[in-house]
Amino acid sequence: MMGLRRYWPIAATALAVVVLQMVLSMTGATYYMTQITMSAYYALVVIGLCLLMGYAGQASLGHAGFFAIGGYTVAFMTTVNLLAWRDTGLIRALHSLGLVVQWRNLYGAEVLSFSPWPAFIAALVLTGLIAFLIGMPVIRLKGHYLAMATLGFGLIVYRIVLGTKALGQADGLSNVPPFHLIPGLEVNGRTPFRIENYYIAWITVLVSMLLAVNLVNSRVGRALRSIHQSEEAAHSLGVNTYRYKLAVFVLSALFAAVGGALLTHYNGSIGPSEATVMKSVRYVAMVAIGGMANLWGAMLMAIVLNFLSLRGVFGSFDDAIFGAILIAFMLFAPQGLLRVPRLRSLATLLSRRSHG
Amino acid sequence: MNFPLIVQYGLSGITVGSIYAIVAVGFNIIYSTTGIINFAQGEFLIVGAMIAISLYQIVPLWLAIVLAVIVTTILGGLIEIVFLRPARDASVLRLIVITIGLSILIREAMLHIWDEKVHFLPYFTGTSTSTITIFGAHFSPQVLWVLGVSTVIVAGLTVFFRFTLLGRAMRACADDRMAACLCGINDRWMVTLSFMLSAGIGALAGCVISPVTQTQYDMGAPLAIKGFTVAILGGLGNSMAAVIAGLLLGLLEAFVVSQFASAYKEAVAIVVLLLVLVIRPTGLFVRREIGALRAA
Amino acid sequence: MGARCVRILGTLVIALALNGTGCKKAPETPAPTKAPATQTPAAPIKVGAIFAVTGPAANLGAPEQKTAEMFVEQINKEGGIAGHKVTLIVKDSGSVPGTALSLAKQLIDEEKVLAIIGPSTSGETMAIKDTCQEGKTILLSCAAAETIVNPLASYVFKTPQKDSDAARRIYETLKDMGITKVGVISSSDGFGNAGAAQLAKLAPEYGMTIAIAETYAATETDLTGVLTKLKGQDVKAVIDWTITPAQSLVAKNMKQIGLDVPLFQSHGFGNIKYVEAGGEAANGTIFPCGRLLVAEVLPGTHPQKQVLLKYKQDYESRYKEDASTFGGHAYDAILILREAIKKAGSVEPEKVRAAIETLQGVVGTGGVFNFTATDHNGLNKDAFEMLTVENGKFAVYTKK
Repeated sequence: MMGLRRYWPIAATALAVVVLQMVLSMTGATYYMTQITMSAYYALVVIGLCLLMGYAGQASLGHAGFFAIGGYTVAFMTTVNLLAWRDTGLIRALHSLGLVVQWRNLYGAEVLSFSPWPAFIAALVLTGLIAFLIGMPVIRLKGHYLAMATLGFGLIVYRIVLGTKALGQADGLSNVPPFHLIPGLEVNGRTPFRIENYYIAWITVLVSMLLAVNLVNSRVGRALRSIHQSEEAAHSLGVNTYRYKLAVFVLSALFAAVGGALLTHYNGSIGPSEATVMKSVRYVAMVAIGGMANLWGAMLMAIVLNFLSLRGVFGSFDDAIFGAILIAFMLFAPQGLLRVPRLRSLATLLSRRSHG
Repeated sequence: MNFPLIVQYGLSGITVGSIYAIVAVGFNIIYSTTGIINFAQGEFLIVGAMIAISLYQIVPLWLAIVLAVIVTTILGGLIEIVFLRPARDASVLRLIVITIGLSILIREAMLHIWDEKVHFLPYFTGTSTSTITIFGAHFSPQVLWVLGVSTVIVAGLTVFFRFTLLGRAMRACADDRMAACLCGINDRWMVTLSFMLSAGIGALAGCVISPVTQTQYDMGAPLAIKGFTVAILGGLGNSMAAVIAGLLLGLLEAFVVSQFASAYKEAVAIVVLLLVLVIRPTGLFVRREIGALRAA
Repeated sequence: MGARCVRILGTLVIALALNGTGCKKAPETPAPTKAPATQTPAAPIKVGAIFAVTGPAANLGAPEQKTAEMFVEQINKEGGIAGHKVTLIVKDSGSVPGTALSLAKQLIDEEKVLAIIGPSTSGETMAIKDTCQEGKTILLSCAAAETIVNPLASYVFKTPQKDSDAARRIYETLKDMGITKVGVISSSDGFGNAGAAQLAKLAPEYGMTIAIAETYAATETDLTGVLTKLKGQDVKAVIDWTITPAQSLVAKNMKQIGLDVPLFQSHGFGNIKYVEAGGEAANGTIFPCGRLLVAEVLPGTHPQKQVLLKYKQDYESRYKEDASTFGGHAYDAILILREAIKKAGSVEPEKVRAAIETLQGVVGTGGVFNFTATDHNGLNKDAFEMLTVENGKFAVYTKK
């Protein structure tokens, strides 16, 4: 069926993921999975940003802020110690509902905090709300002004997490417990759980790609692309440009929050460095290099670049290489890696676009 | 709060405000000629200061500064020719991304060419303990240098744009590129010139503030952020307004420090930026509504 | 079309070549495919290091990296530790905790290092603390936060002195000077926050009144506003707590706005560059510090003199820049590891770890270390000497 052809790349990627895991397990090199898993969570941010930048044509220099909101909410709620209030009515009610649990951390201290699932839901709700409130006035802006506004948003988030005692200030929050998704499956950075977490991360990424691909090929996606091409024309055809742009903005923020929340559980900690301007710029760079409106290119670039960076391959030249690659691609291959003519045939297999 | 204290805070505000103003003027020069916001503007200040600091070890101070300004000016021109000219017809988004990449590259280049340590130029007059007293407020003579150089730069630019042929040609390009081309103005060189000019005044500003703020390889980005807050506050493309907006922001920060916890100082610029963008994106001193359309 | 491809490949090649030259700065051995099951007599000891060589904490990480490489080279020249050569694997975290964590996992799982030296900042250390503890890898951190060793993790140690001890020495000196009304300013980063907290906590014990406490951004370029506020409160002394270059600004701005009271800095002032940046204004600053900066004027009988002089001379002749106390933390970390391996007579992680806890009287640059099972820092307030600046040079502070 015509419609199913667009899911071909997802199936192919899933297969590649499984093959990779088997190869790594057989060669005893499963430690690579650590960086691959972390890169996968960063890729979630990039996929959402790609929808925003590439398809809706909106620049965002503050997406690390949404990642941080997701991560910090989860970290705060699962580490805040409510033991002192154990006997109050509210806490007892939450406890009986299973929202609040008592556990012992690595250093033997008893902690009474929210369990990961309510924290995760809270993170998504909070991020969505903030994205909506910020998006409402900001989406109206154009070009440079939108970029500045999102930059300002990212900076505010950074200043807030840096300055708030409850959020750990400059040292961030650590001792974040694992995330029990379902009994027997948890998001956890420890060595025995490596393969399990590798799959959790990749399933999350593939589900997101599924959502994104569906969105792009739906009525909403077509509306978005028409907005990107020419906002006035779309508007004159009755497309509610404002509503669509806002919706994509909030959606991309949610993608970032999911990435932030899961990575925080995986790492067991989060710090203000996840909310800096440099992080936001890196996400933008990965979308730009992958091809502004190319979901697969963006995802691929996110995985590859983050993997290399996390393994310290770039050494002390990490930022310099990002800057250099960014400029090189913007000048020579503005449509992204997969649009370079030699790779064109590969590109047409991997992505589905109704306009060039 | 007594009068000397008010003057003290006021001076503190005007000093930093004039620094922001210079960065904003640099933004405006490039923006009005090309429509690009140059995210690498802050780096020009630091590059200029670093070059001057290195040269100061072999030549007298004034010569080091002059040479640094010349070198940075040429650098600005080269950057435009190599990186931005090929992308002239690119979308706004792509240009933003390129200048961001440039600011990263320049910063990292400075880190590896020089080092991560803090450097500084000597005070132009006096030493680090010299102080002048006016109306009961005390401040370093370098503050007068900063204010003086800023005024000279702004005055010089005004004269340049209004009375010289080259300046008027650049203004023509800013107003309407097509028409300027039709008049025989080479718009490509106007763009290069605008970058060179921005780089040059940036370098001069970087040198004059170096004794006050010290110079470190990563100081460019925070300066740039404050700079374009001020540029937007005044209205993109409007240099005179940028100066007033810069002083306003400086005074506002000083006021916040005096009345509230100084930890909120950093938040002032960001809040101002967001408020301006949300309420009145074309800036406080909007002269032409055309500015809003140009942003598209 | 082909030309475009060539240009892209060219850029990537250049980027990789840059990376190649970058690699020379941080030597590392390629990852082995399996770890030796038991350490044979000649097997090299693998030690990992994570430093913030670039990024906001570069003024800590860069000297730490240089010190570590220099010291390990010296150790190997002298035959290694108990006959084993030492392989140092240095990684640059860029001051980012997430990267530090990824690098730590690499060092622990792939390189199977015995110990990790560093990281340079508290945020990064807290991010990898659990991982090192679970991975049974000794962590000798060069960061200062109390939370690194409290709550105690058996494999985690730190070499910098305690913030509380620094605060105590400052307050003792102030008390001697007869000053009780102070103003505190600190940078809003980990180091500054920790110091400000200690100052606030210990003030009542010494009868001090903190008339005003303010913070400033680590990247601040002008402190006249904040200092004017302190001036308005008529404080009799200013205590500034930060490791960023802004500390030089404090000295200068104070003189410039006419705030003529004694200035106390923290042990983050331990680099002559900050004195140079402060110029004349820096003269008269008083601060607690490790004795590295005044090694030459220590009495010959002082236990630390030899170690300090040797480190200082070696570092300065090799790297043509002034030694700082930050680099000294890395030196101490490697020194402690060496002594522990010698004492344990083995390279088994658990044995070496236990040996560290029994080390007594280890003479390092930061002080003389005495570890116990509950004290994973090993230093007390005698590790500090009160120093001052005279004519642009460090000198020992003597009571007037």
